[in-house]
Amino acid sequence: MDYAGVVALEILYMIAFLALISAGLAIVFGMMRVINLAHGEFVMLGGYTTIACVKAGVDVYLAMLVIAPLVVGAMGLVVERLIIRWLYGRIIDTMLATWGLSLLLVGLVTLIFGTSAVSVPAPIPGYQLGSYQMGGYNLFIIGITVLLLVFMWAVLRFTRAGLIARGAMQGPEVVAALGYDPGKVYMITFTVGAALSGLAGGVLAPLTGLLPSSGGAYIAKAFITVITGGAAAILGTLSSAAIFGVINQLVSFASTPVIGEIAMLALAIVLLRLMPQGISGRFFRGGT
Amino acid sequence: MNEWRATGSMQWGWFLLALALLVLLPLGFDTHTMSLLLIWALFAMSLGLLWGYAGLLSFGHAAWFGLGAYTYAIAAVNIGESTVPLLLAILVPAAGAAIVGAMMFYGRISDVYMGVITLVVTLILFNFMSATAGDAYRIGDARLGGFNGIPGFPILNVPGMPEVSLFGVPMYYVCVAALLGCYLLARWLLARSFGRILVGIRENEARCELMGYNVPACKTAVFAISAAMAGLAGCLFANWAEIVTPGVFSLRQTAEVIIWVLVGGLGTLLGPVLGAMALGAVKLYLGEQTVIDNSLVLGLLLIFVVLGMRRGALPTLQGWWDSRRRRLSLAQGARRRLGASSEPTA
Repeated sequence: MDYAGVVALEILYMIAFLALISAGLAIVFGMMRVINLAHGEFVMLGGYTTIACVKAGVDVYLAMLVIAPLVVGAMGLVVERLIIRWLYGRIIDTMLATWGLSLLLVGLVTLIFGTSAVSVPAPIPGYQLGSYQMGGYNLFIIGITVLLLVFMWAVLRFTRAGLIARGAMQGPEVVAALGYDPGKVYMITFTVGAALSGLAGGVLAPLTGLLPSSGGAYIAKAFITVITGGAAAILGTLSSAAIFGVINQLVSFASTPVIGEIAMLALAIVLLRLMPQGISGRFFRGGT
Repeated sequence: MNEWRATGSMQWGWFLLALALLVLLPLGFDTHTMSLLLIWALFAMSLGLLWGYAGLLSFGHAAWFGLGAYTYAIAAVNIGESTVPLLLAILVPAAGAAIVGAMMFYGRISDVYMGVITLVVTLILFNFMSATAGDAYRIGDARLGGFNGIPGFPILNVPGMPEVSLFGVPMYYVCVAALLGCYLLARWLLARSFGRILVGIRENEARCELMGYNVPACKTAVFAISAAMAGLAGCLFANWAEIVTPGVFSLRQTAEVIIWVLVGGLGTLLGPVLGAMALGAVKLYLGEQTVIDNSLVLGLLLIFVVLGMRRGALPTLQGWWDSRRRRLSLAQGARRRLGASSEPTA
């Protein structure tokens, strides 16, 4: 019974993890049809910001929930103005340019922080579930992810900004018809997406030690979650995160974590072959 | 774009000059480094054929490169002689690519989705090979070795004579032969109607389909041919390094080859070759010092090329040269006409 609880919690955690690291990428892809391959590095920078702040004596929650999103968001704004805005509508070129950006960021972080791993201790102690020792911080991540998704859904559904954002998902001409400048909307979208990546990086920093190359571990998972999810930012991402999370953890428990990850990747290929428009393109058309 | 430029034409003069230079090069240069540059050039050319002509960008070309390297190492350990492993290192990636390609292209998957699938295939191979430490993972006599890879397999030998190994200068000539041979093969393919159909697919896929060409079959075929060349490059790389590790499947390997092709120039075969050799040399040089990080330079270069020099170095130069020559011949023509019309009055 305890074991079932452990498995269930681990599955929930994996789903939350995938949804959290994909949220920023999903918003940018859903609204702008831009694939940001530097997304993993944005997450990594959120982590480094958090760790640098904690080392400087700032409260860990303030660092991960406020400072990391602000810093990475500001960086996203700069990147959008300098690179992304010249490439709208050229999806492959955007992927290549952001891949270059990801290499550039890895190089910069290596230059500044060196190649050794850095980490902060998790601020929440573990607890006992029957005879199993569980990480309390995992529950915090599940909670944060649920709050974030509910918040995003509420904003998209009930606010003026959400209305414009949903317009942007339909296409730039809808934004223009609503009376807004699509260029400006895209700029804000990319900044918000980067800030969400920074938040994910900050929140995950205490769990995983950070290396300059850590971004590579996130990008593939976030990438397949978003593409398999399809264009609807929240529903699509959540459904693909759920499928991948369940498969990854069940196979991991049955064999090894590496086989679990391979199963998840193989499943992604099968799902993409069956549903090239993504899960939301197939089942929840016009959803958010 | 005129008819000949669409697929390029064979320039025998330049080809023979290159051949002569490459054959004479061991007189003055270090063949060990040069062999590696030629292997990278072959790898880049295989992607250049796929991406530049058929317009199919694979975000996981390292999968076929690595598969060639691993296939050679595993087969060489088991067989001990190098001819069959060499052939297998070409055929296995080609077969793998034919399966993955058929799955994608008959399913009408393109652009981003093709990018994701090719990337994921590479990641699967990388993750799997990294996790194969221990005695349980072995194929025949070959232990896969996890992160440490497979060391100490027999390197290439003269066909039929297992005791005469090829290394140093002979190995260099093998690389020259592989690169030039694949170049001729690619040129021949592009000169046939197959090449024209590939360019047609790149320019307008729907139109090609409506004209009655079997687009998925052509795409799968070029994908497999390109993978076969990448596999050959991987096999040579395994022989050059004398060890294969999961690093051959890494994202960095994939990123590098894309940058080489892009910088060298899309829609040419020579561009990727020159791009790979020039940037490969820069990479080797940067690897010797620690002030500037290699990926920083590569990243900046990639951003710059995508934003500023869309067509890559070689086509940009070619365009500049063509327009200059056209201006020159126009000026000459005008002068001749002027001269002709002024003659009777003189």
